[in-house]
Amino acid sequence: MTAPTLSTPDEIFVPPTVATLMEAQAAPEVAQKQLVIINWSSEYDRIMPTLIMATTAAASGLTCSVFITFWGLLPFVKDQKRITGDNWMQKMLSAMQRPGIHHLKMSKMNFMGMGPWMIGQLSKQLNVSSPVELLEAAQMLGVEFIPCQMTMDMFGLKRDDMIEGLGEPAGAATVIELMTQPGTASLFI
Amino acid sequence: MTTHDLTATVDARNLSCPMPIVRTAQQMKTIASGQLIEVLATDPGSLKDFSAWTRSTGNTLVEQTQENGVFHFIIRRA
Repeated sequence: MTAPTLSTPDEIFVPPTVATLMEAQAAPEVAQKQLVIINWSSEYDRIMPTLIMATTAAASGLTCSVFITFWGLLPFVKDQKRITGDNWMQKMLSAMQRPGIHHLKMSKMNFMGMGPWMIGQLSKQLNVSSPVELLEAAQMLGVEFIPCQMTMDMFGLKRDDMIEGLGEPAGAATVIELMTQPGTASLFI
Repeated sequence: MTTHDLTATVDARNLSCPMPIVRTAQQMKTIASGQLIEVLATDPGSLKDFSAWTRSTGNTLVEQTQENGVFHFIIRRA
């Protein structure tokens, strides 16, 4: 059998080597920047920067992951859930701290809800987006919210208690892996 | 102001940070590479934000003007 003759060098098919294939696949990953946020709080004045930074990162082409842990899980519980958990302590925790994105308190000047109400009124007047709108935008832009498995168990929160569209619950090692990737900025809010 | 062949317009007037950027990023996904988008915004922060955003995304800020308190950006998709 004779090898087919080729008229010009352009027609010669050079099979890609493993190295060039790996390089082609690795290239976009190196260029990809990332923002990782640990969202620890359920307070309005911390949820706002978390959601603003997350939406802006995603809108700027960054991959964005938000690890939601401890009190930070509560805004991501469905609004209609009032009492969560299995035992009296878990139930009492949810009774004392109502979960849901519509029920955020402030870290200071809460005054039985007067503070958040006034901030809400000012936000409407000045067209500042609400946490609800920002959360919607974040999910639309592909921000991944990763619930902390350990604190979910501690509060007795089930997957069904949480809003739709969250990532798989995970632990600290998952966040460390994300945070130590090149081109990553990390925030604890 | 020169006339541009615009593919889309984002009216982000009266919106506050980060919504002008978020709306623009969403609209940007609907246009092809090389096409132009026009953004109208009133948030004074958008002046710095849009140049930063175009630098992070690799898009080009083609033109930036201001008229009666409205900022007007023309951005080319990378």
